[in-house]
Amino acid sequence: MLKRKGRSIEMRKTSRREFLALLGATGAGLLAGKASGAAGVRAINDTELGMLYDATRCVGCKACMAACKRVNRSSGDLSYEQAPFDHDKLWDTPGDLSGNTRTIIKLYKKSGTRWSYVKYSCMHCQEPSCVSVCPVSAMTKDKVTGIVVYDKDKCIGCRYCMVACAFNIPRFQWDRKAPQIVKCDMCSSTNLRGKGITACAEVCPAGAITFGKRGDLLKEARGRISAHPGRYVTDIYGEKELGGTNHLYLAGLPFSDLGLHNFPGKAPAEFSEHIQHAIYHDFIAPVGLYGIFCLIALMNRKKADNTGIRKEEE
Amino acid sequence: MTEHSREFVRVHGKIFTTSFFVLLALSLVGVFLIIVRFARGIGAVSNLSDGYPWGIWIAYDVATGTAIACGGYAIAILVYIRNRWQYHPLIRSAILTSLFGYCLAGFSVMVDVGRPWNAYGFFMPSRWQPNSAMFEVALCIMAYCVVQIIEFLPSILCVLEHGKLKRLQKIFYYFRPRHTPQDEATVQVTLDWVHEAAAWFHPKFNKILIFIVVLGLVLPTMHQSSLGSLMLIVPTKLHPLWHTGYLPLLFLINCLYMGYAIVILESIISSFILKREYEVEELSGLAHFIPWLAVTWLVIRLGDLIQRDQVTAIFRGDFYSLFFLAEFLLIAIGSLLLCNRTLWTSPRWLFITAFLLLLGGTLYRFNVYLIGFNPGKGWHYFPSFAEIMISVGIVSIELLGYQVLIKLLPVLPNPHMQRNIAPAKPHRPFDAARPGIKLSVKRGGA
Repeated sequence: MLKRKGRSIEMRKTSRREFLALLGATGAGLLAGKASGAAGVRAINDTELGMLYDATRCVGCKACMAACKRVNRSSGDLSYEQAPFDHDKLWDTPGDLSGNTRTIIKLYKKSGTRWSYVKYSCMHCQEPSCVSVCPVSAMTKDKVTGIVVYDKDKCIGCRYCMVACAFNIPRFQWDRKAPQIVKCDMCSSTNLRGKGITACAEVCPAGAITFGKRGDLLKEARGRISAHPGRYVTDIYGEKELGGTNHLYLAGLPFSDLGLHNFPGKAPAEFSEHIQHAIYHDFIAPVGLYGIFCLIALMNRKKADNTGIRKEEE
Repeated sequence: MTEHSREFVRVHGKIFTTSFFVLLALSLVGVFLIIVRFARGIGAVSNLSDGYPWGIWIAYDVATGTAIACGGYAIAILVYIRNRWQYHPLIRSAILTSLFGYCLAGFSVMVDVGRPWNAYGFFMPSRWQPNSAMFEVALCIMAYCVVQIIEFLPSILCVLEHGKLKRLQKIFYYFRPRHTPQDEATVQVTLDWVHEAAAWFHPKFNKILIFIVVLGLVLPTMHQSSLGSLMLIVPTKLHPLWHTGYLPLLFLINCLYMGYAIVILESIISSFILKREYEVEELSGLAHFIPWLAVTWLVIRLGDLIQRDQVTAIFRGDFYSLFFLAEFLLIAIGSLLLCNRTLWTSPRWLFITAFLLLLGGTLYRFNVYLIGFNPGKGWHYFPSFAEIMISVGIVSIELLGYQVLIKLLPVLPNPHMQRNIAPAKPHRPFDAARPGIKLSVKRGGA
């Protein structure tokens, strides 16, 4: 970066390419970002807390959904969602994750005999995009548990986390005057604190949701795959996707059919942060740019004064 | 008066014109819808969804609006860094539009964000999050608004120093209608004091102004590139035709040629409406920077696509390739036309090319923020009527403010001033045939 500064001063003398000094700052940032890209891969931390959802065990009872809303309703400001036919407001019937719903069970039918349930909720990424992009640290990842938590008292509601999340997990309360971002926080202020387990894992009657440390969950998942060959697709979703997630999936149908996309192994935050850090490394580039510009502007002003081109004032 | 005060003049004319009332009506509609948005939530007025959390308020008002407002930045680079003092007459109107553009982009953000009352968090270091491009954009834009207000102070100081301040006198006499000699003496003393204070402050202020001006060059460099960085995080959602590590660089160059284009457009339009002479001399000078920037941009854009092996995506003929081609051709045609230097002297062609470039640049930003953005199956977005009217209202407020302020303050260049067209540096890229250009072209004389 320093080298680049020196060069741009020279440029000003030699030609009319001061613009390049400007462009050079970001250009150099990009190159530096690319160069150091390989070194910065973070190791996956398997001691973080997570959940393993086994789609082949799930019976679709939605007890997890009910428990989630019961436990987190007041702290997360969630309300029940009413179906159009339900005039008596008997049931909570969300159609998708939403500003009122942190987790949902969906059914995927491939044919009359081949089908699978799938549960959506926050993936609690090892390197979460939402945490990387939040401008005011309202989205944070706990250093020990690895749980990604949202703080409504810091959030400005810019919704950058929603844009950034590849899984489309954070949702927004579009109909509220004081809207919040809604997403699973593994019951960290409710059930996890009181009982040491997430509400969904606690109530699941089929053993489809296992709560524990990521390393243990992976071991368990591999054990199930080898114990029942043919029942599962051989991959564990979340093991490597986008830098690894703490919410893991086992399924009998291809994950891409269940809305779990085939993502690359690199976390997007790694890519964007490298470029951002390279440009703003120790704030050298902006301060350097200011210094160079000041120098050029002052010299130009002097020159203009001498030649009488400049009028009296700025 | 100094020579300087003749460089810029106030426009003499009625403030309450027809366009004033049209713009006022549009602004009021916008303000009404903004009140609805705060009373009933964002969902009540917009088509935004969990898949498309950002709509035209971000893509147009912020991402594009600030680029269109880069005129001040682009001209300031020219004057202070490239030492072209002959463009100085354009600077005040450019800074004024930039100021409006940026302040209103900030205002739009406050309308767009869900919990604006927490925005004080940007000033609490414990909440700072330097990994976030949004954090950087927000701080820079706020700082730049302050810088631009300071940059605009000279024209206010000019009025305070030399003006008779009739409106202030009127207000004073409104409260004291009796016009006693005592009142008149008070007014005179106050006026003298204001004139003296302004005269004392003005030269001192001018000495340090250069450091503020330079800050006003660094801040847009930072946040315009960061507006590109904002979308680096979405490789899985943004179409590969637009998602690249060069986004920051592309956004930076894009804002520069858009900045020059808007200065040309704005000058031609205001000359046309206010029936002033076209500032062809300055504008044709600006016109020759645009091809350099635009062609550099196009080369980086193509080179990047070749490097990432995405060239086939251009010609796939689908939705995305069509929008890519539209954006690319608008910018290419606009900049190639400007390579022909005979067009520089024609206000009509300057207008057309600047318009093409502005449209292309705008489309690029829309492509990155909305059109090339695909969160997955089942999500769709097209702005609602209310959403559009809020954006229209905000733009109307901007035009309204500009229209009123150029009639109150010396902002526009003085058409009768002797133009000093001697080039500051002998070396110029395209035009050796400078002396052949007429000093001024009458309206419609193109």
